[in-house]
Amino acid sequence: MATEFIARGQDLELKGIRKEFPGFVAVDNLDLKIPAGEFFALLGPSGCGKTTTLRMIAGLESPSKGEILLGGKDIAGMKPHERPVNTVFQNYALFPHMSVLENVAFGIRQRKLTEPLAKAEKALAMVELEHLAQRRPQQLSGGQQQRVALARALVNRPSLLLLDEPLGALDLKLRRQMQIELKAIQMEVGLTFLHVTHDQEEAMDMADTVAVMNQGHIEQLGAPEVLYDRPKTAFVAKFLGQSNMFIGKVTETNSETTSIEYKGKKITGLTKRSEKVTGVIAIGVRPEKTNFHETEPVSDPGLNILGPGEITDIRFTGVSNQYQIDIPGIGVMTVFAQNVGRSPVVELGAQVYVSWKIEHSFGLSDLPSGVEEDN
Amino acid sequence: MAFVAFGSQAPTKEQGPSKTGRVALFLLLPGLFYLALFFITPLVSLIITSLKAPSATGAIGRYDLGLEFGNYVYAVTQYAPQIFRSFSFAVLATVIALAISYPIAYFIAVKSRNRPLLKGILLTLVVAPFFISFLLRTFAWKQIFSNDSLVVNVLKDIGIFGADSYIIGTNFAVVFGLVYNFIPFMTLPIYANLDRLDLSLVEAGSDLYASPSKTFRKITLPLSLPGVISGTLLTFIPISGDYVVASRDFLGGPDTAMIGNVVEANFLRIQDYPTASAISVMLMATIVVLVSAYVRRSGTDDLL
Repeated sequence: MATEFIARGQDLELKGIRKEFPGFVAVDNLDLKIPAGEFFALLGPSGCGKTTTLRMIAGLESPSKGEILLGGKDIAGMKPHERPVNTVFQNYALFPHMSVLENVAFGIRQRKLTEPLAKAEKALAMVELEHLAQRRPQQLSGGQQQRVALARALVNRPSLLLLDEPLGALDLKLRRQMQIELKAIQMEVGLTFLHVTHDQEEAMDMADTVAVMNQGHIEQLGAPEVLYDRPKTAFVAKFLGQSNMFIGKVTETNSETTSIEYKGKKITGLTKRSEKVTGVIAIGVRPEKTNFHETEPVSDPGLNILGPGEITDIRFTGVSNQYQIDIPGIGVMTVFAQNVGRSPVVELGAQVYVSWKIEHSFGLSDLPSGVEEDN
Repeated sequence: MAFVAFGSQAPTKEQGPSKTGRVALFLLLPGLFYLALFFITPLVSLIITSLKAPSATGAIGRYDLGLEFGNYVYAVTQYAPQIFRSFSFAVLATVIALAISYPIAYFIAVKSRNRPLLKGILLTLVVAPFFISFLLRTFAWKQIFSNDSLVVNVLKDIGIFGADSYIIGTNFAVVFGLVYNFIPFMTLPIYANLDRLDLSLVEAGSDLYASPSKTFRKITLPLSLPGVISGTLLTFIPISGDYVVASRDFLGGPDTAMIGNVVEANFLRIQDYPTASAISVMLMATIVVLVSAYVRRSGTDDLL
């Protein structure tokens, strides 16, 4: 392969990046490091600054402050066309006046590299669209356009590939299929991918590392399973799935466990899984980590037990049943039970107890808004 | 419109002849009637007149029906300089108008996209000349450029002009007047096109290693071509037939007459109706040929 093709992606490092727009700060003092060859997702709700961050890396916006290092070199002052970075745009941004093949060959032609058409054909073959090379982009379906956009970026072998919600316009089934293909292509080419999305399932499904962004800063960064299992802030806990939350004063804490009192009940978690062990804290648990029992479980220091309460809603979702249980004096809890034929079969209105292992609790560093506090 | 070529999704399936077709035809009737009465009739009359022979009685301004194709030969040989001048002026004025209008349209449509107030003001300024009559505006320029005007005197004082230099009646004055009068017809179609330009395509160009000038040449310009074509046609065609600006009553002189002035003179002063008609027919035929060749070459057949 020709020397102009970089074998692997490069490290990306953002240092103290800040972006101000008239009237508001879109990105505030952001630090981020993405190792070469990693599939990294920037996850957050719309308006959290994730797209602005991506556009600064691409050079389409300039940061008000901070450094953007790619392979150790500061690219913050470089023009977009000088950066070894390519983007798959949200609306694909395929050139309507060129054929699919010419679209893909565009970057190679601009860099005056050899054999633009042969390379473009190869890239189209990778996304299995070589048979549509002579079509115009607007004659293709959404999924096909998405692949052309991907081929058009990948053909340049960028040090870093930026994906700006590239699957957002596709329907659910196609999106899942494209997620699998995108991940497979990333593994195959070994480039560094930075994927911006608001879809937490998509981020968790594809990325090696996920950074959850909120209001211009990163709330938490880590492997998807860690983020899900041990969210550090209420925002991350809520953004990555559902959880039951309890806020109360810490009543006892030692090296092993930390307990709070919530409406007269003791709720315990592991100290090492708590961000904070003094004052008023929030302890949460994921609904699928909880169980319910028709009879009161035997008291056990390793278990949090609440109840009895009434089942007020049962929702069948296929792989699991989702129960709403209204426990007097505590509130409504959500419990997910897998449909594996082992869970107790209960009906609407049944009285049940809810329990979960204390090692499944997680303690947050801040307090969720909108959850009743018990003082 | 021309945008069909670029903006549309996959072509929708053509519907077979149906009720809708008949209704559409019915709705077209008033238009067809109008065209037949006010376009076809004068055209046929013009062609008939262009082939008439001088009256056997020899009366001035009287002509008999005939097939005098010699009228055309006479018109071409007699007025070759004016014909050539017309198309030269039209090409020159169109090119200058394009060079001025494209940046204006680009600034209004792209650079002012997020500033509605500025955009509104600029668009109003482009259209503002229309609020005053075409004749008055051209006459105002005659005043500004007249031999004792401030402009000419200042040019003489600073030594650019000699003592006997003048502006009115020169080719410069005529081309200037043509450009001035037709700039809005160039600016507005280009603006309308650039206003719909998807800026993410420009960003994609720069993302794919194209410098700003390369991005303009490879992406912005080709995508705005339909607007440029509309603008050049709306400018070139009326300029070719214009008879006001180049007239001696306005910015022209004895050596600046265009086809329009020849037609006017032959119809209204000399009363040589067959020659005037022959020139008109040739002007129309030439424009049709030039325009279709131009549009075909530009690859925007959808415009026609």
